[in-house]
Amino acid sequence: MAERADVVFVDGVRTPFGKAGEKGMYWNTRADDLVVKAIVGLLERNPSAPKEQIDDVAIAATTQAGDQGLTIGRTAAILAGLPKSVPGFAIDRMCAGAMTSVAMLAGSIGYGQYRLAIGGGVEHMGHHPMGSGVDPNPRFVAERMVSEDALVMGATAERIHDRFPHLTKERADRYALGSQRKTAAAYEAGKIQQDLVPVAIRTAEGWGLATRDEVMRPETTMEGLAGLKTPFRPHGRVTAGNASGLNDGATAALLASADAAKEFGLNVKMKLVSYAFAGVDPEIMGIGPVPATEKALRLAGLKMDDIGLIEVNEAFAVQVLSLLDHYGIDDDDPRVNPWGGAIAVGHPLASSGVRLMNQLASQFAERPDVRYGITTMCVGLGQGGTMIWENPNYSRKAAKKA
Amino acid sequence: MMTDYTKIDFSELETLSDDEVVTHSYVRDIPISEGRTLALITLDNGRDHTRPNTLGPKSLLEYAATLDGLRERAAAGEIHAVAVTGKPFILAAGADLSKVAEIPSREIALRMGQLGHHALGKLSEVGVPSFAFINGLALGGGLEIALNADYRTVDASTPAVALPEVFLGLIPGWGGAYLLPNLIGIENALKVVIENPLKQNRTLKAGDVLELGIADALFPSVNYLEDSIRWADGVVSGRVKVKRPNEPGKVERLVKWDAAIGIARKMLQSRIGSVPKSPYAALDLLKAAKSGTKAEGFEREDEVLADLIAGDQLQASVYAFNLVQKRAKKPAGAPDKALAKPVTKVGVLGAGYMASQFALLFVRRLQVPVVITDLDQARVDKGVAYITGEIDTLRDKGRISPDEANRLKALVHGTTDKSEFADCDWVIEAVFEELEIKQQVFAEVEQFISPEAVLATNTSSLSVEQIGAKLQHPERVVGFHFFTPVAVMPLIEVVKTSSTDDATLSTAMVTAAKLKKNAVITADTPGFVVNRLLAVLLGEAMRAVDEGTPFETVDEAMAPLGLPMAPSHLLDLVGLKVGAHVLDTHHAAFPDRFYRSENLHRLADYGKLLEKDDKGKVKGFDKGAMKIVSGGTNPSSPDEILTRLQDGLARETKLMLDDGVVSAAEDIDLCMILGAGFPFQMGGLTPYLDRVGASERVFGDTFHHPPIRGVDA
Repeated sequence: MAERADVVFVDGVRTPFGKAGEKGMYWNTRADDLVVKAIVGLLERNPSAPKEQIDDVAIAATTQAGDQGLTIGRTAAILAGLPKSVPGFAIDRMCAGAMTSVAMLAGSIGYGQYRLAIGGGVEHMGHHPMGSGVDPNPRFVAERMVSEDALVMGATAERIHDRFPHLTKERADRYALGSQRKTAAAYEAGKIQQDLVPVAIRTAEGWGLATRDEVMRPETTMEGLAGLKTPFRPHGRVTAGNASGLNDGATAALLASADAAKEFGLNVKMKLVSYAFAGVDPEIMGIGPVPATEKALRLAGLKMDDIGLIEVNEAFAVQVLSLLDHYGIDDDDPRVNPWGGAIAVGHPLASSGVRLMNQLASQFAERPDVRYGITTMCVGLGQGGTMIWENPNYSRKAAKKA
Repeated sequence: MMTDYTKIDFSELETLSDDEVVTHSYVRDIPISEGRTLALITLDNGRDHTRPNTLGPKSLLEYAATLDGLRERAAAGEIHAVAVTGKPFILAAGADLSKVAEIPSREIALRMGQLGHHALGKLSEVGVPSFAFINGLALGGGLEIALNADYRTVDASTPAVALPEVFLGLIPGWGGAYLLPNLIGIENALKVVIENPLKQNRTLKAGDVLELGIADALFPSVNYLEDSIRWADGVVSGRVKVKRPNEPGKVERLVKWDAAIGIARKMLQSRIGSVPKSPYAALDLLKAAKSGTKAEGFEREDEVLADLIAGDQLQASVYAFNLVQKRAKKPAGAPDKALAKPVTKVGVLGAGYMASQFALLFVRRLQVPVVITDLDQARVDKGVAYITGEIDTLRDKGRISPDEANRLKALVHGTTDKSEFADCDWVIEAVFEELEIKQQVFAEVEQFISPEAVLATNTSSLSVEQIGAKLQHPERVVGFHFFTPVAVMPLIEVVKTSSTDDATLSTAMVTAAKLKKNAVITADTPGFVVNRLLAVLLGEAMRAVDEGTPFETVDEAMAPLGLPMAPSHLLDLVGLKVGAHVLDTHHAAFPDRFYRSENLHRLADYGKLLEKDDKGKVKGFDKGAMKIVSGGTNPSSPDEILTRLQDGLARETKLMLDDGVVSAAEDIDLCMILGAGFPFQMGGLTPYLDRVGASERVFGDTFHHPPIRGVDA
């Protein structure tokens, strides 16, 4: 009989994130190749993980067509050279795709059905622009189930500003500036690069190698941010500067039961404590992390005070601020995204969840004083997702010192 | 004083290449560890994989200029390594052959070789470690780009790496003949430069490239470029140490080198004779590569390359190569493919050896039901057993999967009940070569099959028209003449009679292509193309023998053509009875032009021409056989025999063209190359006949205008 198990995050990697569109570095690179390279890089870093004993490969993509179609978890597994006996599937929860793949695999591991699994996600927003090929049911509008803003993410972010007038554009810009600076500092210290797998890219000037995120703007200033257009509303608050952009990229993570990790000599970077997904009004989807985090904390029996590190996806600065505001956390609290976030490095929708985990895991290694951390993100059509993780390097002594 | 390539003016070459599809050299900087930079050159002609990168003068000059720029950057400390790779699936397919054939003089030919050395050689002189990432197809000059680098990696899925120059009448003349033996040892180099090109132009797979020591590392396709860059980074930083176990040492140079060359030379002489120039030129270059400097090696290659490019054999070889690569794929006179009728079931009349081979080929290639029949159940069972046995052998060798073997065996069926042929779309006969018998089996099966089903005959000597003469629907009869061994020989002569309709002809052409054979359409005339010309050859040989010329002298007299085998060996291979029969039928058809030999019938009755050892190796002529053919009193000289042969071939070829047996001289050449193994250096047949003057002697003109020959001839 299968026995219930503890779930651990062994390792995670990602491709550098590119700028979507013809001028982006991945324009001539297939989406499936991006996630395949992430999987190959992940397995190369963990050679003791027996490939034939991987129980499943779950890869998320928001648009599941073209080079992100054909059951991408299965095709990516084959293309990555995994034995054909290893199954795979595709999964989707828009921005929380990779997070959902990790959560659902974790459920299977926790219930004793799986021992080793690969989760991750990919979004090539250049090849698959947001909203392409969608066909929303007319009832959404006819029956006023959701407002028209619900499908325009920037418009939902403007709604957060409406609801919380004290979350001003100036605060959002300042948060965005901080994200750029923290990312620049983390790059300078080589912290981000440690989990990147380089990707060969074909360009008009021949083959190149993607080794860094393409969209970072370390030169950002408050003045510069203040002058940007507000594309979602005249005289609005949401700009290209205080939001994540349109990006291409992929992530992959290796999950295991605690005993499988021990058996195969796999290093454990994080232990899973709880996870939760929750829904909110679609037209103000950015506040989704609040109920999701409430629920995950409740399931874990923890309070926000117990959380030492927060990796929150920066789809929009204001959406991060709404979460922090809810818990009374300062905009520049050092626990929050210490190495910056999606505003600086980008947000290829379904891939981002594992990027949050990679960074939290790397910070855990540096911070034995921290016992718990969360990864959380908002999701289109009014959702939020949160996963709470425990630091295996935690020591009481270190905590006391700190 | 060595050639100083920097002092040579290559501008004349550039003007020759107005329409060159230029392979560009793009450069991007790649950050590697410890703050270093690798400059990555990508060779890309901007076309998709169906038009591989090739290296004409403009491409080479651009590559040279790119490397000059990188050498300056290396000197300035801006870059720490240089690597070259190709567009997806292709590094480069070598020199632009269309340009080579257009070279107007030996002087320009010399420049072409020098330009290659000038450009490719720069990769080893950039001042920092240089790498070639063999990401795909690398042929000839493409591989020589890589050989000029300090280190090489190869993509595990690379389909073909080779130095095929000798196959085309050239030599690896952009460094390959010097660099390769000094990298992987003389025996390995002989395999790559000489053996493989002569084995139907065999190429190396990625695993071979690593094992031979051409590449220092192999990486899977999925991450090939990333892995190669990381490996190069390791070499530059000293983390990766490169070992080359096949690199020749002192002992190899002192002891093994010359011996290996000697063995190879003997092998060449016994396999291809001494007529083809390029294999021996390559051999001499490999021998000389044992000692001396790289510059000396490159200079030798320049001179040899110039001689070959300016000579007759290369021009004929390029012509032949284009026939095989292009014309064979678009057969002259073939009707629209859309007219072809689907073939969903095949019937084979006969269950003997030939019929069984047909059945095997059809079931493997078409994967449709194949039914065979014969006079009685015992013969049928024997045929089916042979076919299933061959399928099992393919399975046991791993050529097909067990599932595929089961599928094929289930498709093969034997019967004596002709009604089982009712739903066949294609019926081919392989019964005894006698008109009445063939007429009878077709008439019998016609009762059962639909009026549209194609009836194909494998006759080699009978009139296809007459075979179908008694049928209700003669318009569905077509000749489908294979060459033995059926599985190996690439030619089918598709014979069109005056009544064959376009749908039938199209079905035959499409079916031949599905069988992976090259088809040439011929008229329904005796011997079609290949046998008619071989009948000239064997007839002239026997005429000379019967007149009193020793058989050895006849073999010797015909040797200057450089055919794959002497007439005596050809007779031995096809069988003396068959040989006599071929001469008889041609003599009967054209009594004043074709010779028939009573002696050959006697030899056939005696059963033996050559004396062989236990392993089947020919030791000489059989004494009894020589006695049978002795008695002639009017021997000819080798020159007389050769002239008679050349003139006879020119005469029959001209007559065939005048009678419209095939569309053009090119088709005669294609038939002789694919059906009789006539060599590339002859261009098949007609370029040879033009250049030796036979065409002029026989009909006062040449087959080709201008004749296909060297520039300095």
